Amino acid sequence: MLQYVIKRLLSTIPVLLGISLLLFFMLRMLPGDPAQVLAGQMASVEDIKLIRHQLGLDRPIIVQYGLFLSRLVRFDLGRSARTQNPVIREVWARLPNTVLLAVAAITLACLFGIPAGIIAAVRPYTWIDYLFTSMALFGISMPVFWLGLMLVVIFSVVLQWLPAGGTGSWKHMILPSFTLAAFVVAFITRMTRASMIEALSQDYTTTARSKGLKERVVIVKHALKNALIPIVTVVGLQFGLLLGGAVLTETVFAWPGIGRLIVDSILARDYPVIQGTILIFGLLYILVNLFVDMIYAFIDPRIRYD
Amino acid sequence: MTETTQPQSRRTQRSADSQLKRNWAKLRRNKAAFFGGILILIYLITALLAPVIFPGNPSAPNLMRSLERPSMRHPLGTDELGRSILGRVIYGSRVSLLIAIGVVFVGLLVGVPLGLVSGYYGGKVDFGIQRVTDTLLAFPGFLLALALVAVLGVGLKNTIISVGISMVPIYIRLVRGCTLSVREQTYVEAAKAVGTRDRVILLRHILPNVMTPITIQTSLGMGMAILFAAGLGFLGIGVQPPTPEWGAMLGSGRAYLFNSPHVATFPGIAIFLAVLGFNLAGDGLRDVLDPRFRL
Repeated sequence: MLQYVIKRLLSTIPVLLGISLLLFFMLRMLPGDPAQVLAGQMASVEDIKLIRHQLGLDRPIIVQYGLFLSRLVRFDLGRSARTQNPVIREVWARLPNTVLLAVAAITLACLFGIPAGIIAAVRPYTWIDYLFTSMALFGISMPVFWLGLMLVVIFSVVLQWLPAGGTGSWKHMILPSFTLAAFVVAFITRMTRASMIEALSQDYTTTARSKGLKERVVIVKHALKNALIPIVTVVGLQFGLLLGGAVLTETVFAWPGIGRLIVDSILARDYPVIQGTILIFGLLYILVNLFVDMIYAFIDPRIRYD
Repeated sequence: MTETTQPQSRRTQRSADSQLKRNWAKLRRNKAAFFGGILILIYLITALLAPVIFPGNPSAPNLMRSLERPSMRHPLGTDELGRSILGRVIYGSRVSLLIAIGVVFVGLLVGVPLGLVSGYYGGKVDFGIQRVTDTLLAFPGFLLALALVAVLGVGLKNTIISVGISMVPIYIRLVRGCTLSVREQTYVEAAKAVGTRDRVILLRHILPNVMTPITIQTSLGMGMAILFAAGLGFLGIGVQPPTPEWGAMLGSGRAYLFNSPHVATFPGIAIFLAVLGFNLAGDGLRDVLDPRFRL
């Protein structure tokens, strides 16, 4: 198992290097002088010169990349052009809010999506299957930000049950987490249904039934256990989608997470913060995928020995 | 020689025709795909005939009529500048169609050749292309588009490029995977054995055989492109006002949610129906052309 974990950890190195290259070239792809962009329009020639020297922009490109990498491994991404605070502090302060929202949404999505997918698979091509698969398709096609706004209209404006945005109590979490969950529940339902239908048609399920086991046992212990890998994969992949959705959901509900931070930074052209948030999003996604791979090894021991 | 090959090629042509007919019949029987097709047709007609359906300038403000509720005069009401929401939703279909086509074009233009080359040649070329793909896939698609917009700037052209590039890794992976299996087929080996050039093998033998997943992905990709572009517009970093873009309309309607919720409601319904159409059609195509991947 340890060997598998180490192998999997090593495989993330090229991706991490790729991310660092992407971030490095991000500033250099900007039209004009990056030092001028960071210093702002009002900066003097001396200020720009100083920033250029501080960033190492007056040195060869390979040296610049080396310096950038050394700063990156120390999580030194410079200071925000707006607040002058260290970027990592800005990102770090908002990260827990995004993680909290994402975890709440994925939990809700699994609580609804997995049972819905199982029920649809157990009764394929019946009204209940059509109901759940239609709901899933609607969920995939619905713009998450629009759903969020409509929930605000219903629950905050008309019924006045829940706050329209912000943070402070558990009530503030309900609408954002439901909105974000609706975004991913569709994929989980569809994948659970597909892999359960396949598992239920396998010989081991027929054998389990012919042994006279109760249907519930056949479904949960025999079919679901074998259908779990694609479900776990899709849940892991949806986490990425969820991070993308978090950008929109946090904007709708004025939720102070890193999704909103990146939008505010893009609007203010605060490039160090944009770099920082993109880095954190990339790292989070890699970590979740790594975690999913670890779970595979637990669910299916054969994977460890491949 | 000619006498024997001609009936053979005619038979092959007839078999391909009947396969096409069978698929078309299956597609027509598939209710979801049929409904999706109708939604796409309505969407296309609306986009193409927008000036006929709604004569007049959808961006011309009329402050005397701002934030009016739906009425006979303005069936979907008016926005904060007194512009007809119906008119802007109709013209918005043109913008979103342009974005969807542009995005898929960028995705196909870059992703398909790279996927074909990566899967066919393997080795160092494959390794290089796949590491770049891995890096791009390390970011969720919408975030990648967001990062690219941050660099390129806002506007229609940059929205198309950014969302298009975010789709590229999906096409690369898809085409590469299919190419890997197709290149092992006997007809590819036979083509290689008679000395056919790689370019010809890739274009004449491999590409037509990976068209099915590309077609399915293109339909689903159009829906995704509309959603991504609308998301960017909603955040204020996509297509800029006064261009009638559905996402941007929703974004500006957010400020009037408490008193005039209709401003944000109708553009959202338009996005939903357009994306639903492409998703239903994509699912239907998958069921008919590639039943193994049915979800």
